[in-house]
Amino acid sequence: MAKRVQDLLVVENRQIKKDICILELSSTVSLPEIIPGQFVQVRADGSQDTFLRRPFSVHDVDYEKRTLKLLVQVVGDGSAALYDLKAGDKLNIVYPLGNSFSVPDIGDRIMLIGGGSGIAPLYYLAKSLNDQDYKPDILLGFRNSERIIEHEEFGKYGNVLITTEDGSEGEKGFVTDHSTLRNNSYTRIYCCGPDPMMKAVAKYSAIRNIFCEVSLENLMGCGFGICLCCIVNTTRGNICTCTEGPVFNINELKW
Amino acid sequence: MVNLSCKIGDLDFKNPVMTASGTCGYGPELEDFLDIGRLGGIIIKGTTMEPREGNPYPRMAETPSGMLNSVGLQNKGIDYFEKNIYPRISGYDTNVIVNVNGSYIDDYVNLASRIDKLDKIRSIELNISCPNVKMGGMAFGTNPVSAREVIKAVRAVYSHMLMVKLSPNVTDITQFARIAEEEGADSISLINTLLGMAVDIKTMRPKLATITGGLSGPAVKPVALRLVWQAARAVKIPVIGIGGIMNAVDALEFIMAGATAVQVGTATFIEPDAPVKIIDGISQYLDEHGISDYSELIGCINR
Repeated sequence: MAKRVQDLLVVENRQIKKDICILELSSTVSLPEIIPGQFVQVRADGSQDTFLRRPFSVHDVDYEKRTLKLLVQVVGDGSAALYDLKAGDKLNIVYPLGNSFSVPDIGDRIMLIGGGSGIAPLYYLAKSLNDQDYKPDILLGFRNSERIIEHEEFGKYGNVLITTEDGSEGEKGFVTDHSTLRNNSYTRIYCCGPDPMMKAVAKYSAIRNIFCEVSLENLMGCGFGICLCCIVNTTRGNICTCTEGPVFNINELKW
Repeated sequence: MVNLSCKIGDLDFKNPVMTASGTCGYGPELEDFLDIGRLGGIIIKGTTMEPREGNPYPRMAETPSGMLNSVGLQNKGIDYFEKNIYPRISGYDTNVIVNVNGSYIDDYVNLASRIDKLDKIRSIELNISCPNVKMGGMAFGTNPVSAREVIKAVRAVYSHMLMVKLSPNVTDITQFARIAEEEGADSISLINTLLGMAVDIKTMRPKLATITGGLSGPAVKPVALRLVWQAARAVKIPVIGIGGIMNAVDALEFIMAGATAVQVGTATFIEPDAPVKIIDGISQYLDEHGISDYSELIGCINR
């Protein structure tokens, strides 16, 4: 699908935490096909300090309404400007970018593992898997009960399991400490979250020879393969996260 | 209709706007966003004899109004280019120019003679100014003796339009501009990136794995403009202006300071159709000011 630069209209900004919001953006023309795992490059016009665009995973898509959603966590001035957007504001994006999570095999026992704002691409993935009659387990890890987001939404598409680092909700510890990973034999794991979490999940999967894909969040210059800044070291050498990823099979990564 | 065409060496350009090396891939990466045939030229990514993996991650840091990069000439080498890329892009209705790099003079010479034989490539940009490689690159372009040697050696084997890309990391740019002219270069392009660095105070580490990198973007524009102005006054061969050009106003500033043409670089990362918008913006400016040929503006601030 051809990539494009487009102004989208903010339909709703749902500020679900003091530092996390979900932007619903609408297009006046038909949306291009967007597959789970793909991302957009956002221009943060409201932030003078932000020179380059910022990548955000597509959190959800509604082709009929011509809308897509982005989950934004405030980490700097650019994301802060996005958090402050109001309905009616415009947002310029380049999209759809990157590859996608792979299609499961029939009979796969699927687990989605997300941490913090890394749950963003997994929501659209869960929805899409549900459309294909898969009912995945969805393991979401957060610092504490205060930081839990979107677990009810995820519940529509799978069996949601929670870990918190302080045990204030769900099982205590990191996602890899959850009992479901000891008690069940999954055949396919999709993961997105902080690097240490993805590395731990990759290790868990590699030991058990489980098919596992992770979605990386390398620093990007352009988002479409011209700057060669977001490279990751793989069995194929240094390749761009933006065009060859952001989704990688763990067997390819030289972590 | 305004005239935007120009001639550099023996090569005709439909307009004076090119995409800078390292910011347009091999061309296909931009096809979704703009019609390559509208460009004056496309300068494809820095190419070397052997494939190069480039520098480790992280190799980019955003800085005020700009960015640092330390990509380090990652590319697939000339064999891959000839076999897989050249057939794909040789049909472009624009000047396809290859940015040529090496660690030794022989590398530059061998590469230039290989490319000399490719029918559809009628120009090379000799990169003696990359700040991100341990050997070659800027080491050639910041030493007058080696700069002269490499330009002379390449000129001897390359029969088409030879553009030499100069480093801003020198005391006197006019010295290097003159050397290029004296050794038979058809044009010079400047500036390559300015050597810079950034520190992450949270991790207490440099932001780039290589510690230093090349600064580009609007932050460098005033410096680039000054260097282009100085170089253009020092030589008769055309000067191609590069450095933080984000829009037509920036491009016009370079032209008025003495640039015959410009290259758009970092802007394309943010607005992938920026080069075409800049061409349209220059046309519009000429229309509005009743100027029929953009060449009237070249170096006009000196008159």
